[in-house]
Amino acid sequence: MTPIPSHLQLNHQGQLRHFLSIEGLSRELLTELLDTADSFLEVGERAVKKVPLLRGKTVCNVFFENSTRTRTTFELAAKRLSADVLNLNIQTSSTSKGETLYDTLRNLEAMAADMFVVRHGDSGAAHFIAQQVCPDVAIINAGDGNHSHPTQAMLDMLTIRRHRGNFENLSVAIVGDILHSRVARSNMQALHTLGCPDIRVIAPRTLLPAGIEQYGVRVFNDLRVGLRDVDVVIMLRLQKERMQSGLLPSEGEFYRLYGLTRETLALAKPDALVMHPGPINRGVEIESEVADGAQSVILNQVTYGIAVRMAVMSMAMAGQNAQRQYNQEAQHATDH
Amino acid sequence: MSALPDVAPLLERMAADLTKYLSYRNFQNPAFVGIHTGGVWIAEHLRNQCLPDAPLGTLDIAFYRDDFEQNGLPPRVRPSELPFSVDDRHLVLVDDVLMTGRTIRAALNELFDYGRPASVTLVALIDIEARQLPIRADVLGTSLTLPEGQRVKLTGPQPLQLTLNPVAK
Repeated sequence: MTPIPSHLQLNHQGQLRHFLSIEGLSRELLTELLDTADSFLEVGERAVKKVPLLRGKTVCNVFFENSTRTRTTFELAAKRLSADVLNLNIQTSSTSKGETLYDTLRNLEAMAADMFVVRHGDSGAAHFIAQQVCPDVAIINAGDGNHSHPTQAMLDMLTIRRHRGNFENLSVAIVGDILHSRVARSNMQALHTLGCPDIRVIAPRTLLPAGIEQYGVRVFNDLRVGLRDVDVVIMLRLQKERMQSGLLPSEGEFYRLYGLTRETLALAKPDALVMHPGPINRGVEIESEVADGAQSVILNQVTYGIAVRMAVMSMAMAGQNAQRQYNQEAQHATDH
Repeated sequence: MSALPDVAPLLERMAADLTKYLSYRNFQNPAFVGIHTGGVWIAEHLRNQCLPDAPLGTLDIAFYRDDFEQNGLPPRVRPSELPFSVDDRHLVLVDDVLMTGRTIRAALNELFDYGRPASVTLVALIDIEARQLPIRADVLGTSLTLPEGQRVKLTGPQPLQLTLNPVAK
């Protein structure tokens, strides 16, 4: 008779309790998240940029990989919700990752942490924690390996919605190293779920994952064909270490073929949005004049990122609270 | 079941009472703030009646509720919008139904995150006398005693009407 959680990320009422990936979340839930983020965006413009929602809660930023921007926006988001914040930067030991992760998190749980924001180099780390280690703590995935970066995807969706209104008639191009990009994966899923009819990925063959078609996207190897008449261009960061791996000829070659310049941007719609998750490599994947140009919303994305993370944190905390009450009531019922 | 009053005559009297009150207290140049959703309708009406040039803001108090731990966020949170500076301003805070007083507590906390108003005058259409906090309206439409297990709700904006509904479990 008791309802069974339909999905690891959701509680017994279908509300968010962990935020691990876009996969498996409904259009309604993603829309609710964007609506909530819209309201938090307004909080960021007040004299006091703080609301009391998570007062008394403890949020731990557990970062096994370095990231200044993501960690600071999560920290700011938690502080604007009035939570107490702990930041832990943990250098992963390559031999005992699993054990380190487990012990670290159990220790934090013993300090009565209510939420973990986790970034880890291994795909599936956040899922593992939510499933095996700390199911009663709300787990927010701040990037796991090549797998998923759902808050980045949702801040990209908020950026598109605020500048274009909806997703129904849009062509969106994602350009660059799709193979290694958790941002690309999460964005493809989010755009698909929100009903974007034309999702294009543009990359050299060596930087495309196998089975990319499953995401419902159109694949282009030629930037100049793929960019034609798009409404939004999402550029990805080219990680320099890929240069050494033999997947790419050279930086100069990549820029010539796949760099977003004033010339290639002119192929998109005249008012096309230029987005980038940061940090940008000027002259590697994007021309400075484009990154700083009138069509760029790259810095708006950072502002929206705080609001989206406030929405994710408050919704997951609410879902965890409801689940705990439900479990306590169920326990109470079996005790009597 | 008790008959619910018509909204229009209540609003008319409230507008007159509010004008009198603001002048008696010498609260000049006030701004109106309606609490979503019903309070916004009432605030708009009173502003148009009393001071058509006064600015009107809206508050969604969802982020300031005291029952987040128990009930989470309501399904649809709208952005609050105060298109004026709150500092040193006389505010007229408007809600449709005043019951426990908890919504007003949340609204006051939210207002003070925008700045330091000169004063806050509380206006409510209906007072269900079930206060749990030391809060009362300065200008009131009317008081109501409800049948057991019933809630009163304002529907609108055209026309504004009061309806009785069973308490949601």
